[in-house]
Amino acid sequence: MINKLLSRSIRGQLAITIGAIILALLVGAVIMVLTSPIITGSFDPWLWVDAYLALVQGATGIAITLNPFSIEWLGLNGIIDTLVRATPYILAGLAVGIGFKAGLFNIGAQGQFLMGALGAVTVAVFLADAPSFIAVPLALLGGVAAGAAYGFVPGWLKANTGAHEVVVTIMLNYVALAIVSWAVTGPLRSTTATFARTDDVGAAALPILGGPSGHELHAGVLIAFAAVPIVWWILYRTTIGFEVRTVGANPDAARYAGMRPKLLITGTMAAAGLLAGLAGAIEILGVQNNLPATYATTVGFDAITVALLGRANPWGILFGGILLGALRAGAPLMQIQAGVPIQMVDILQGVILFFLAADLIVRWVFRIRDAKGTDVDELKTVTSSYGGSSASGS
Amino acid sequence: MDLQPLFDIPIAGILFQLVDYMVRVLTLNGAVILALAAPIALGSYCGFMNERSGIVNIGIEGMMIASAFAGWFVASLVVQAFPDQPKADFFFGASPALLIGVLAAIITGMLVSAVHAWLSITVKADQIISGVVINIVALGVTGYLIIIISRTAPISAGKFTPYTPPEFLTDLPFVGWIFNMFLNHGPITMGVIVIAIVLQILLFRSRWGLRTRSVGEHPKAAETVGIDVIRLRYRNVILGGVFAGLAGAWFTLDFGNSFQANMTAGRGFIALAALIFGRWMPLGAFGAALLFASASSLSIALRTIPPTGDLGNILTALPNQFWAALPYLVTIIILAGAVGRSVAPAAVGKPYERESAS
Repeated sequence: MINKLLSRSIRGQLAITIGAIILALLVGAVIMVLTSPIITGSFDPWLWVDAYLALVQGATGIAITLNPFSIEWLGLNGIIDTLVRATPYILAGLAVGIGFKAGLFNIGAQGQFLMGALGAVTVAVFLADAPSFIAVPLALLGGVAAGAAYGFVPGWLKANTGAHEVVVTIMLNYVALAIVSWAVTGPLRSTTATFARTDDVGAAALPILGGPSGHELHAGVLIAFAAVPIVWWILYRTTIGFEVRTVGANPDAARYAGMRPKLLITGTMAAAGLLAGLAGAIEILGVQNNLPATYATTVGFDAITVALLGRANPWGILFGGILLGALRAGAPLMQIQAGVPIQMVDILQGVILFFLAADLIVRWVFRIRDAKGTDVDELKTVTSSYGGSSASGS
Repeated sequence: MDLQPLFDIPIAGILFQLVDYMVRVLTLNGAVILALAAPIALGSYCGFMNERSGIVNIGIEGMMIASAFAGWFVASLVVQAFPDQPKADFFFGASPALLIGVLAAIITGMLVSAVHAWLSITVKADQIISGVVINIVALGVTGYLIIIISRTAPISAGKFTPYTPPEFLTDLPFVGWIFNMFLNHGPITMGVIVIAIVLQILLFRSRWGLRTRSVGEHPKAAETVGIDVIRLRYRNVILGGVFAGLAGAWFTLDFGNSFQANMTAGRGFIALAALIFGRWMPLGAFGAALLFASASSLSIALRTIPPTGDLGNILTALPNQFWAALPYLVTIIILAGAVGRSVAPAAVGKPYERESAS
């Protein structure tokens, strides 16, 4: 098992991923130093050290001071924050990842996430007076159903009309924004709140496992961690998973082997929507507590980074989700302690993706020879079908 | 002319009311519609240059926001260095700062496009990923920079003054509103239709157009007749950046005069929709941009000049968000082939490998 895990190509891929992260941190450091005159008032070549140390402290609770040197662990709060932030990334990352496995680029995790949030909050508001053991599962189910339905649409369109899922899901992201805005300013609008938002989820709020006020660990974290092995098992240990991966690697071969690409594509997109919708439901029921009309979130887009960091493998996505969760959890402290805006995390994320795409730079810098490309193989199926060949034949 | 008898016809009357209302509102709002259409159309020309040469570009949004920021920031720097800016009254009140800003926006658009070209053509990275990278990085970097720069309270360089068409033109019966629609603008907005016509002619009537189409449809065949596929793709993608740059400059130097994080608000993706809706043709994309802009202007008009009668009851019952979602829904319907199929250039998304390279 260990041998298989650390096979030559995986070692190379891991090296490139870590190399990309290191290079992105370097680029981030350069940007911080270049902009330090505006941030601190004078040129500060060591601003990035303060910023990254604050980032680490916010994400892990490990406080490091350099002068005089000391290292101290401040308790679980940072780790709880990281896990809570990682939860939607892991689930939405899986939503993008299983799409990749089937040769589909699901840019629509954002819309599916929003619809999941809306579905969950709708059920929750109606069941406000129900007992928790009924309200919680039904609200989660509401989110899952809404997300799956929203993923089904582009899948069905791709399978039956050849409309490319990249464009359709981008469009559906904006349609989802409009639907949420309509529902929350209209039928779901809270009569007690001062701005447009829904009522609180009340009885459907996810149970809290522990943690101090402001750093509560909700039960949704367990769902995300359980989803990883389940998705892995379905993808690699069941017939359906095998068929999904075959369609992703080579749709023609899959069809000649008697598989049904249309059904698999539609089903995979619906499953992806289900996972992203679950992410949205958990975020609303566990963290947000209500849905504002202009819910500012980028989870669905960040999920693309997560899936690519994890090379579309569920265990890799777990790693990518925790990494991004840690960056997001640490960013506020970075802004407070070093004055570096939290948007630095968006830059880091984009630059990591850049180096994963341009892996030849990473290879050249770190002299990595024995590695396959870091790109997800199935992406070839995705992008070369952009011109509109349908799954039913080209 | 009294149209009331027409409006009273059951059911079909609503159609007449709709046409009447649209004509009233659209002729009144013509200038606003063209202004709203400008960044969408310019963005779609950028997509056109890419996709006609066989490169997918979903990074238009990122290219636009990067250019919008660069144009605004550079113009602002110039004004801070030289506060006394002469204004050319004969050319939209242009000052050197504004012109340098536009230039900076264009150069930024070309630079970002060059990155996209390098990733897609030379590195042969996935073209969709490359677009995603550009969107995330551009949004992140501009969002980061505007937060720290706004702490220094930067001075705005202002914006171009829209041209005011002479009254004898705009007061002409029946056609006066067309002059108002196309002439009551700053230079970038006014140039949008001209660029569409020029690109359309070049695409179908020039050597460049023929070569570009061949590279986008069948690069192997193009290579065999001596066209340098790689070079032409590079050139077209980078030139496409000019239009993304102009679209960016429209936000901060022509229509508005300040920069906010994420101010392009998905216009780059509507541009992609317009390109598909317009069947990968510049004039088609321009028409689609006008149509999408009309939809959003109609949603504003419904509040300012509410329609009356049966039509009013129907239109005001539609939620405002319906109009916001309309361009996206229409694009999905078009892509799905429900209203005639829109087919992309055949080689789009496929990296080109030279025969001799292997």
